[in-house]
Amino acid sequence: MNTPTAAPAVRISDLHKSYGTYEVLKGVSLTAMDGEVVSILGSSGSGKSTMLRCVNMLEVPTAGEVAIGGEAIRMKRTAAGGQKPADRAQIDRLRSNIGMVFQSFNLWTHKTILENVIEAPVHVQKRPKVECVEEATELLAKVGIADKLHHYPAHLSGGQQQRAAIARALAQRPRVMLFDEPTSALDPELVGEVLKVMRTLAAEGRTMLVVTHEMDFARDVSNKVIFLHKGVIEEEGTPETVFGASRSERFRQFLTR
Amino acid sequence: MDFAFLLETFLRLLPGVPLTLQLAFLSVAFGIALALPVALMRLSRIWPLVWTARAYVFVFRSTPLLVQIFLIYYGLGQFPELRYSALWPILREPYWCAIIALTLNTAAYGSEIVRGGVQSVPHGQIEAARACGMGGPLLFRRIVLPLAVRQALPAYGNEIILMVKATALASVITLMEITGLAAKLISETYRAIEVFIVAGAIYLAINYVITRIVHVLEHWLTPYLRPAPVPAASSRGEPA
Repeated sequence: MNTPTAAPAVRISDLHKSYGTYEVLKGVSLTAMDGEVVSILGSSGSGKSTMLRCVNMLEVPTAGEVAIGGEAIRMKRTAAGGQKPADRAQIDRLRSNIGMVFQSFNLWTHKTILENVIEAPVHVQKRPKVECVEEATELLAKVGIADKLHHYPAHLSGGQQQRAAIARALAQRPRVMLFDEPTSALDPELVGEVLKVMRTLAAEGRTMLVVTHEMDFARDVSNKVIFLHKGVIEEEGTPETVFGASRSERFRQFLTR
Repeated sequence: MDFAFLLETFLRLLPGVPLTLQLAFLSVAFGIALALPVALMRLSRIWPLVWTARAYVFVFRSTPLLVQIFLIYYGLGQFPELRYSALWPILREPYWCAIIALTLNTAAYGSEIVRGGVQSVPHGQIEAARACGMGGPLLFRRIVLPLAVRQALPAYGNEIILMVKATALASVITLMEITGLAAKLISETYRAIEVFIVAGAIYLAINYVITRIVHVLEHWLTPYLRPAPVPAASSRGEPA
């Protein structure tokens, strides 16, 4: 893991994102310090996934700035009036330091679980393969699928696949972990095993940005909770203040649904 | 049935097999090498490349291979630049004219198969690769191409079989492959049916082997499409 510095692990400033004339994000800001867990809540269409995906530029914000570990992602203006990353190499370098877990796992179907986990360390980060295999084996044991090393993703349950995907992200030795609704595609009985792994990571002091519908997880584990509504941050604060003394009528409605 | 004659025909046609295989495999190999860049041009968003690729594919898919072979065999000699170039010793050979025509033809079809394969790679697979810092050639080599190849293989197997059969057209420019030898034998014996039955059977045998090879390759490349291996300890009695 990286040594914490004074700069926040992730800083998002006044982010806007539009698709055509439809504005998904209307100026959102967020700071996550090293070791913090930030949960991003909101109903469908609130822009929470878009916001998370802007952190590693899977979505390119129309305006605003993203900085990872104090390093701002350099953008340039486009003819259409938006912006795009100015330096692909910078994006790739920063991404290799950000682990991402997707709703639909996105394990590479043609590679075994072990091959999935060592792919980025070996081929992107150019670390020695022996060391990566050793570390991958430990990580897979940690997420509880040490016996699935040589299986293909299709041979695993959803919960196992998502835990493998978490191990794959951890293998990058990332400074930040992004979780995009990691349990939303799972059968209810499989949600628990993934959340358990995530709780362990949070307890270890991992820096995590989590888009989720799991209110118990958000309440128990987060240092900070953000509630997005129609592209605007409606609520922000510690779980105690947001869940306990929320001023937002919309957030109370959201909770009672 | 005159089995003695069939056997004799078989032995007369057999020397054509190496030439048929050479024509097929060289043009398939060169064809793949050409199909990949054409597919990438077609998929690039750089319009001169896109239109060059589209025009090439359109021309070679929309004209008969026989016409293409004739045009290359008789047509190239019309250009003095070529006739006096260092390439002429190659380009005047019917063998290389056939290979060029077959290659250009199969690459046009092949590029569309490759393009379909590349476009079939699920977005999530690419996004996962981008998210861990892969980009450009690395992403293509490690994720996109392996998945595209698996997707394209059955269709490409088809194309290889078509190419084996297409080599028969090389006989019209004097090449003595299986069909060329068969035609020659018929002009000597006037026993067209028996000779063509034997020729057809030889193509059948070649394509049977190719079908099996492609099938084995597919099997080998897609272990994830088969049931998971059952660990010995918890074997449920399935046959191995």
